[in-house]
Amino acid sequence: MSLRNVIYCGICSYPPEYCEFSGKLKRCKVWLSENHPDRFAQEYGSAETDETAAKLAASSIGDEREEKLEKDLLKLQSKQENREQRELAKKLSSKVVIRREARTKRKCMVAISGLEVFEIDMKKLAKTFASKFATGCSVSKNAEKKEEIVIQGDLADEAEAYIHKLLEEKGMKDVKVEQIDTKKKKKPTTDADASEN
Amino acid sequence: MFRKFSKEDVHSRSNVKSSVQRTLKSKLVRQFPKLEPVIDELVPKKSQVELIKCEDKIQLYCVDGQVLFFQKFDELIPSLKLVHKFPEAFPTIQVDRGAIKFVLSGANIMCPGLTSPGAALPEAPGFENDALVIVKAEKKDSPLAVGRLLMSTEDIKSVNKGHGVELLHHLGDNLWSFALE
Repeated sequence: MSLRNVIYCGICSYPPEYCEFSGKLKRCKVWLSENHPDRFAQEYGSAETDETAAKLAASSIGDEREEKLEKDLLKLQSKQENREQRELAKKLSSKVVIRREARTKRKCMVAISGLEVFEIDMKKLAKTFASKFATGCSVSKNAEKKEEIVIQGDLADEAEAYIHKLLEEKGMKDVKVEQIDTKKKKKPTTDADASEN
Repeated sequence: MFRKFSKEDVHSRSNVKSSVQRTLKSKLVRQFPKLEPVIDELVPKKSQVELIKCEDKIQLYCVDGQVLFFQKFDELIPSLKLVHKFPEAFPTIQVDRGAIKFVLSGANIMCPGLTSPGAALPEAPGFENDALVIVKAEKKDSPLAVGRLLMSTEDIKSVNKGHGVELLHHLGDNLWSFALE
């Protein structure tokens, strides 16, 4: 009596026998053949064509339904692929904006926006920045109701380098990171702060 | 149950006292007697069980950052991660190949999917209405869903119409992809 250890596909997170239903079958197959070649052979057999024929013959739900199922799965797969392509294109076309905002004479802050497209956890990154640069760092909403990371202090270059590294790890080297320098803006909130002091 | 579920639905996280942990373990064994030989392997004595309270009074129990079982009312429901580790311990039904697609998108299981040649139901007397079952699929090793019977297995065989199993948790739902950091 012992526990079973189930392999989970690194692409679709299902156990490998359900990969065909995830719509990412092609990439799942590549992953499985790289990481668990023995399981791959067991799952997909050596000759692809024989296998599908055998599956059809052995199927219990009738040829007609099996065919329909197969068609639906193919449709699902192509849909999923299209969606992934669109998402990748969106990722590549979008850019990260690092804005340096002057606050008082020698003080400034840095606001980073446009990260949410890249599936980066903003809160976590803010925390990393805070401890990495030993400064205050938080996530807040900007004028367009989008989330952005606000770092206190003149750290635009350091933050840019870090984000470049982060994106490279995710395999998106060509993403643009843009720096903008804005002069002191007259915000109502900052004015209120100033008058309080 | 977990169609809409995300980190925002988590209300609180806390560690469970070891005495509570013991009662939990015995409760789990009472519900699924066949788990007894491996319960110490699943939830080691030294381990820390974490309780995550969520929206709609759902409570998740985690060991080592893995959700092992959850609870809505009194009954403990095993998560698929736990079911995969030891599928023999739970009452099992089987669906045919045509139904897999729908189950993976979270649909309730209809009776014909349970009675066709590729599917399997236990011999009489079978399971009672309202019983917790795990759902396997034709020619697949691992179970793909956890559900609750809406009619007894004998009724499913004789009526063979309508909803047979209410799906609670399936591969690829939000609890499956729920990750603790």
